[in-house]
Amino acid sequence: MASQRVYKDLEPDTAYAFKPEDLEDDEMILNMGPQHPSTHGVLRIELKTDGEIVKDARPHLGYLHRNFEKHAENIDYQGVIPFTDRMDYVASMANSLTYAVAVEKLMAIEVGERVKSIRVLVSELQRIASHLLAIGTYGLDIGAFTPFLHCFREREKILDLFEWLCGARLLYNYNWVGGVSHDLPDGWTEKARQFLGEFAPVIEELDDLLSHNKIFTDRTATVGIIPPDLAVAYALSGPNLRGSGIKWDVRKEDPYCGYEKYDFEIPVGQGRYGPIGSCWDRYYVRVEEMRQSVRILHQALDKLPAEGDVHEKVPKRIKPNPGEAYARTETPRGELAFYIVSDGGLIPYRVKGRSPCFVSMSLFHEIARGEMIADIIAIIGSLDIVLGEIDR
Amino acid sequence: MKRPALETKISNFLSPLVVAGAGGFLVAIALLPKIAEAIRAQLGAMLPPTWATVANIALGVLATVFLVAQLPIFLIWFERKVAAHAQDRLGPMRVGWHGVLQSFADGIKLLFKEDIIADGIDRQLFRIAPVLVVMGAFGAFAVVPWGPGLLISDLNIALLYIVAITSLGAIGILMAGWASNNKYSLYGGMRSAAQLVAYEIPTALIILVVVLQVGSLSLQDIVAAQGDGLLGENRWLLTRMYGLNVVAFVIFFICGLAETNRNPFDIPEAESELVAGFHTEYSGMRFAFFFLAEYGAMWLVAGVAAILFLGGWVGPYFSGPLVFFLKTLFLVFVQMWLRWTLPRLRVDQLLALCWKYLIPIALAALVVVAGLSVQAS
Repeated sequence: MASQRVYKDLEPDTAYAFKPEDLEDDEMILNMGPQHPSTHGVLRIELKTDGEIVKDARPHLGYLHRNFEKHAENIDYQGVIPFTDRMDYVASMANSLTYAVAVEKLMAIEVGERVKSIRVLVSELQRIASHLLAIGTYGLDIGAFTPFLHCFREREKILDLFEWLCGARLLYNYNWVGGVSHDLPDGWTEKARQFLGEFAPVIEELDDLLSHNKIFTDRTATVGIIPPDLAVAYALSGPNLRGSGIKWDVRKEDPYCGYEKYDFEIPVGQGRYGPIGSCWDRYYVRVEEMRQSVRILHQALDKLPAEGDVHEKVPKRIKPNPGEAYARTETPRGELAFYIVSDGGLIPYRVKGRSPCFVSMSLFHEIARGEMIADIIAIIGSLDIVLGEIDR
Repeated sequence: MKRPALETKISNFLSPLVVAGAGGFLVAIALLPKIAEAIRAQLGAMLPPTWATVANIALGVLATVFLVAQLPIFLIWFERKVAAHAQDRLGPMRVGWHGVLQSFADGIKLLFKEDIIADGIDRQLFRIAPVLVVMGAFGAFAVVPWGPGLLISDLNIALLYIVAITSLGAIGILMAGWASNNKYSLYGGMRSAAQLVAYEIPTALIILVVVLQVGSLSLQDIVAAQGDGLLGENRWLLTRMYGLNVVAFVIFFICGLAETNRNPFDIPEAESELVAGFHTEYSGMRFAFFFLAEYGAMWLVAGVAAILFLGGWVGPYFSGPLVFFLKTLFLVFVQMWLRWTLPRLRVDQLLALCWKYLIPIALAALVVVAGLSVQAS
């Protein structure tokens, strides 16, 4: 039958999947996803289970593959930006910023101070929005519904600010090569300050409601432990790396957009309720990072230059000389980088994205072995993956 | 001017009816002893004694079934409102005045939904399971007294009956999990079985604590033993035994949460882990049965807790079915409050909680109460 043959051809990588004949007596294969409420998108994980214990786990990726890198080889430089927005779709600002910084590096463009400040503003607001989503859905994974909606209430305010700024709520196309698409509207900074004032107490509220809840710490503080050496061996980055107690942040180590001028700390996992590098540590690093982002935002609003054209350095035609550039930034999920090769034409010869979520996911099977099914959910949530960025 | 839509008209017409119905319901509950007395007298005058008793019981069964069937309609709406206000939102507002018609709309939707039985499912077990679950939750209401003499059957082993028949629900869940031929359902069913074994024992021990103090398994007698209200010799059990009963009450309530499969113990249906657990494969009215059973069980657990420790229908100022209703409603509210505040335990943590903490504490409470009771007598 023709239809059956087509179906068989589409069957996913059988060599990689678990084989039923390899199972021992009490073992069972549990297929989690791609349609599962807690795999944070279209991730599919095959679990080899013995009762509630997970013996082995194999993630299957690619359900959200959209051919980003090949697309990028066929569009002009500016046209790639909406595609980068769609990689990590809950932190679009951070993605397009990375790409813009990379192209600017390639063309040796130095953007103005106002553009830098605005970029810091939007990327830190985006970090808060993204962490709110990560923390809220993490509570949801552990079974607490209410913090999720409290987080979304605050995230909504940030999205309102972004909508006012550039008309979009999720995929902004805001960071352009050499500038940003719109200058800050009148009254935007006051509104942003008002939001920061309202937001600071919410973090404390969240701590009371979820972070230090006994059930929550019991569920998360002893599972999914990533030892520091394992984290480094897998080139983990972002909150996942810092959760293991390693102080590494691109904003400090390799500053961009003038981050060296801001006063902030890098929170790391302390192992407060269990071994260092647990799910709880990664979760709490995100909470602490929101506090630091508020600090940065206050400074950025204070330092914001009053004058400056945000389109001043935007090139009429983006046609870099032959060469290559690699730029990295600290997105909410870790170290995102773009490697761009130019052959001197109007379209990039090659655009390669280095995705922090992909790295986190590649480590997953190491920490999933021997945990329970409920912990698998806790681990996926604590890695804070976005499938749009993994599959690209 | 635009004419109001048909839905608006229907909603405007039905909302006052529902609100008035709920008010009437409360009045009826408040006047229940008088109504029952009047009916009893009327039946006694009309029929020979045997038939009068039979008719009386039949009416009692009808009234209880009606009540128990109506409760989830109110409780689902109430829960959604509690959840919404805990989460800083409004909840159902569209269907009727403040969403009072929401449960009816949901019910109609579930009724019209296709009833799917997938291939490879054990059809008979699959059909029986929801019925068993509902039976387990609603059957227990036969012995729950709303007031003096206001119950279907005054069993002298009422507590034993409640413990036994509520376990039926767990068997239904296990059955649903097995029959669904779905791995997630199977996990849900197995978790439910583990949970049943763990929480039944502390529940039984705590019930013994109460029985030791009262000397009867009948819920009527237990309330009668707390007839003095908040003060006096026969005051509520909660305030007796130097605070030991408070511990017992808390353990009973925790076990009750585990019995109703609600957060923090909603492990068999753990949405974020097992998709929907044991009822993953259910749809339409069969799914609604599980839902009804959950709310019935919530009400039952709260009601039994109110009877055992809070004096049932005996209130500090006035007594009667309304007092019992309000106490139970408050305990149900606490259950909802906990659900929308706490995260979920892992299955081994629930077992550890039950086996390592609740059972030893309950056992110790039982021993101490036994000693004190012997001393007193």
